Amino acid sequence: MPISLDNVFGVHEAALKLRAQRTEVLASNLANADTPNYKAKDIDFQAAMRKATALSSAGTLKTTQKGHISSAGLGGLDDFVKFRIPTQPALDGNSVETHVEQAAFAKNAMEYQATLRFFEGKSQSIVTAIKGGS
Amino acid sequence: MGLFNVFDVAGSAMNAQTVRLNTISSNLANADSVSGNPAQVYKAKSPVFETLLQQAVDKNSVGVRVKEIMESTAAPLVRYEPNHPLADAEGNIYSPNINTVEEMANMMSASRSYQNNVEVFNTSKQLLMRTISLGR
Repeated sequence: MPISLDNVFGVHEAALKLRAQRTEVLASNLANADTPNYKAKDIDFQAAMRKATALSSAGTLKTTQKGHISSAGLGGLDDFVKFRIPTQPALDGNSVETHVEQAAFAKNAMEYQATLRFFEGKSQSIVTAIKGGS
Repeated sequence: MGLFNVFDVAGSAMNAQTVRLNTISSNLANADSVSGNPAQVYKAKSPVFETLLQQAVDKNSVGVRVKEIMESTAAPLVRYEPNHPLADAEGNIYSPNINTVEEMANMMSASRSYQNNVEVFNTSKQLLMRTISLGR
């Protein structure tokens, strides 16, 4: 079976990028925990991941004319950023619940590290394949 | 880009919480600063936070800043102490209307928020360091 070096990392490439972006969103929530009228946000990871894998398997559309819209730019991450529904909304209009955000942040950090482990494993396999185990 | 934005966001929040801690400490320090003139009495200060939407390159990672520092409009407390050197013609002195218990609770909230952001900063740093050393 030929190995394409372009997509050695498969789904993990998109996953790592999404995890990093989710870290940003959650960090913003925690930073604005005391800001009046700030609404907590989160990324719908499952939907964003489904979109990313669908795009990579379907390939990208060619743009041969000036007026063509590139399919890669269709619907960025913004489509998957949703407002969180608070269980106990605060009177100052802030919807950040610190404990919820902390839990989500910790989980996201663990998942990021798990994805990194997959990267390490994959790159080690490729190095072994190239060197022939010597 | 990516995780580097987290440092800016967490840093801005730590900055804002430091301003909050500063105002609390001046309020507590001046809780007993009396004056003979009700207009010159120290007024409790409190910061108003605002999301940094304008300067954000990416609207999903937004920091926080102190919009303004509000002065309390609560009327000063009046005490009748004719022997006090600062007493006015009627023998009254005026002290700021600061609730120390409220300020202490506010201080704990500020320090917890600060700690939260330090934690976010450290975790992101670890993730970045691991990403940098990928494949070694």
